[in-house]
Amino acid sequence: MRVIHDIHGGIHPPERKTLSQPGKLITLGLPPKLVLPLRQHLGAPATPIVAVGDTVLGGQLLAEANGAVSVPVHAPTSGTVRAIEPRPIAHASGLEDICIELETDGLDQWVALTGTPQWQECEPATLAERVRDAGIAGMGGAGFPTAVKLAPGPQRPIELLLINGTECEPYITADDTLMQCFADELIEGISILAHILGAAEIVIGIEDNKPEAIARVSAAVSNARASIEVASFPTKYPSGGEKQVIEILTGKQVPSGGIPADIGIVCLNPGTAVAVREAIVEGKPLTHRIVTVTGEALSQPCNTLACLGTPIGYLLQAAGWTSEARQRVIHGGPMMGFAVSNLAAPVTKITNCLLAPTEAELPMPNEPQPCIRCGHCAEACPASLLPQQLYWYARAKDQEQLAEHRLFDCIECGACAYVCPSQIPLVQYYRAAKGQIRDSEQERARSDNSRARFEAREKRVAEEAAAREEKRAARKAAAQQQADSEGVDPVQAAIARAKAKKAQQDSPQ
Amino acid sequence: MNLLRVTSPHASGLKKVSGVMRDVLIATVPGILVMTWFFGPGTLINLILGGCVALAVEYGVVALRGRDPRVAIADLSVLVTATLLCIALPPYAPWWLIVIGVLTAVLLGKQVFGGLGYNPFNPAMVGYVVLLISFPVQMSSWALPRDLGAVPGITEALQRVFSPGSIDAMTGATPLDLLRQNTGLLFDDLMTTRPELSGWAGVGWFEVNLAFLAGGLWLLYRRVFTWHAPVAMLATLAFCALAGFDGGSSQSGGSALFHLFSGASMFAAFFIITDPVSSAVSNRGRLIFGALIGLLIYLIRTLGNYPDAVAFAVLILNFCAPFIDHYTQPRVYGTGKPTS
Repeated sequence: MRVIHDIHGGIHPPERKTLSQPGKLITLGLPPKLVLPLRQHLGAPATPIVAVGDTVLGGQLLAEANGAVSVPVHAPTSGTVRAIEPRPIAHASGLEDICIELETDGLDQWVALTGTPQWQECEPATLAERVRDAGIAGMGGAGFPTAVKLAPGPQRPIELLLINGTECEPYITADDTLMQCFADELIEGISILAHILGAAEIVIGIEDNKPEAIARVSAAVSNARASIEVASFPTKYPSGGEKQVIEILTGKQVPSGGIPADIGIVCLNPGTAVAVREAIVEGKPLTHRIVTVTGEALSQPCNTLACLGTPIGYLLQAAGWTSEARQRVIHGGPMMGFAVSNLAAPVTKITNCLLAPTEAELPMPNEPQPCIRCGHCAEACPASLLPQQLYWYARAKDQEQLAEHRLFDCIECGACAYVCPSQIPLVQYYRAAKGQIRDSEQERARSDNSRARFEAREKRVAEEAAAREEKRAARKAAAQQQADSEGVDPVQAAIARAKAKKAQQDSPQ
Repeated sequence: MNLLRVTSPHASGLKKVSGVMRDVLIATVPGILVMTWFFGPGTLINLILGGCVALAVEYGVVALRGRDPRVAIADLSVLVTATLLCIALPPYAPWWLIVIGVLTAVLLGKQVFGGLGYNPFNPAMVGYVVLLISFPVQMSSWALPRDLGAVPGITEALQRVFSPGSIDAMTGATPLDLLRQNTGLLFDDLMTTRPELSGWAGVGWFEVNLAFLAGGLWLLYRRVFTWHAPVAMLATLAFCALAGFDGGSSQSGGSALFHLFSGASMFAAFFIITDPVSSAVSNRGRLIFGALIGLLIYLIRTLGNYPDAVAFAVLILNFCAPFIDHYTQPRVYGTGKPTS
């Protein structure tokens, strides 16, 4: 039995997970139009390879990966490309991004898929390439291209593959549902991932508030006779943070500024593992995902298998939404999710939850009161930071102290703001401060660059002047030498020439 | 449709500043009741008068500063300041002493720095120290406890407060005073000779300290503050007393039990040094903060000129808090623990 370690801090917000009936997966139908952003992952946006007016089949490549840290986009169903243009997307900024609009034809015709059921015989690199070609990016919420994680390089041997089924955010039950409904597929996907990584040890971590998922996954492990350990641990937010779950299950900490592979660990979401199995065994690219559609403003909260590109508003309406006057729609969970500004924004590879709460359910924050330095935030912080000090320094824009107090080790989990009796939006201060520091670093890089260029120019100008001076001195020396050797003073000769010329001009024709 | 755009987290806990302050006020009740039992209604008069002055001053100053005074009143912080100061002031102190103390605490201790959350010093202790230095006579005449003198009725109490000098009142030295003034008696003899010192820590004082300890433990249970500062202070105080007891000679500093349960020890440990605004911020910092206060309390009590040492000790450590903070930053995740 694995030793379960405790992490510093953490909170126990109301879980509200039964609302969406975890374990029951339904479909809410196919919308008439899908909007597929070219960037549904962290990294460079994909490059479209279809044109407006093209008819496409399900599973067809619409946009190809652009560079190493990028993944392609595929059509979730058959239809016609109607537009490739900026559209509202689900992003905290509320900005638009380039999307492919696909009008669905309802036929759901697919390209022929060729899978590799005998994946054990394939080279890990080949399989990793297929994971990338299938458009798979981390489905836990960050959307980091999975193939990049699967190639940590020879200097980082991977000992442990950790599947993070913690799902510690309140309300969200997408992974819970996935683990219950696709336990066998999950185990095969994990085996493929372990084969790619060469990881000897495999652990699936699940919080103890998901007994059905733990039972289903354990049963699937014994059915498959796989050497995979299912570890459950006490429920606490934010145990599901990558760094936190690693500490809980191994007692190790990911070095500040490093990645789990630095300590021989790769951490992946169960949804990603199932997507990897589909990509390898069935040859099917990532075009659908499980989304928890929940909140008390909905009459039928549920978990749904949704096409990527489905407008958020479509799913909410299908789940029986009655909107309030002051309505919030949250993409993600109540702790780390962001408020959606446009219901036309689509579901993407990272959309694990859409939350439409009533105002009574998640009240709007009150006016913040002064910080009384009570220290509850420091007790709640899973990174052992001093949020109250960071808050002062963020307000004072004291970048030196912010670095000293390790602002960039903040994972923005929101535990500090949750417990704050003064209701200060602490995380917002940290985000703003991080942005300012990044800006001033860029500014510094720019001015360093300008200075380097200016200094180079000064040097070049000085060198040119020196070269000219040298030439002039050489000419002068040559003339002097000539004068010495021929006995003519060049200055006197020049004066004589000038006089002669003047005389010639003055003399009448 | 218009959607609200607010940033994460979208959920928040139930604890509010006013709730924290209310808990502190509730936790002072047992101590106030025991003080009233032993010393009569003097403390209650202090509290009512001081509370009213504090509310009026806070309202006026915050309004002058162009902020919403109702918000400042509603957080109850000014009532906490006034309550803590008025508990510390002698019962039946003249009314002007209370008024000056509260004005100093609220104005000089808190509002000049920008109000709640910005004060570097504990406001109640600022008020107390200003009074102690300015009016030493009034500040050191403490009422006699119930068993040793007649506890005044409400009429006499009001007369003593609002028309000081009109009647002769019985006041006496506190146990800490007696200990400091003692020159010739062994500690045990002193404790038996003086009627004020019967019991472990003086008549009434032991019970008063016990009541504040109970209130403090309730606040710990309510998680208003952590155990670090109070435990460090009391442990250090007890350790110093043990080290300085020398078997109880006339030069001894008094027993550990005496120090823990006399004067303002428990009140300081759970109500004064736990003021979050002016104390150290990390748990390790609070251990140091509390321990140094405990040490200073013992030193000032035994070597200093003032019998009650809490206010000076707290203010001196308030000075040191940023310094302590600088050296006691917790080790952040991923920065140092060996990882393999």
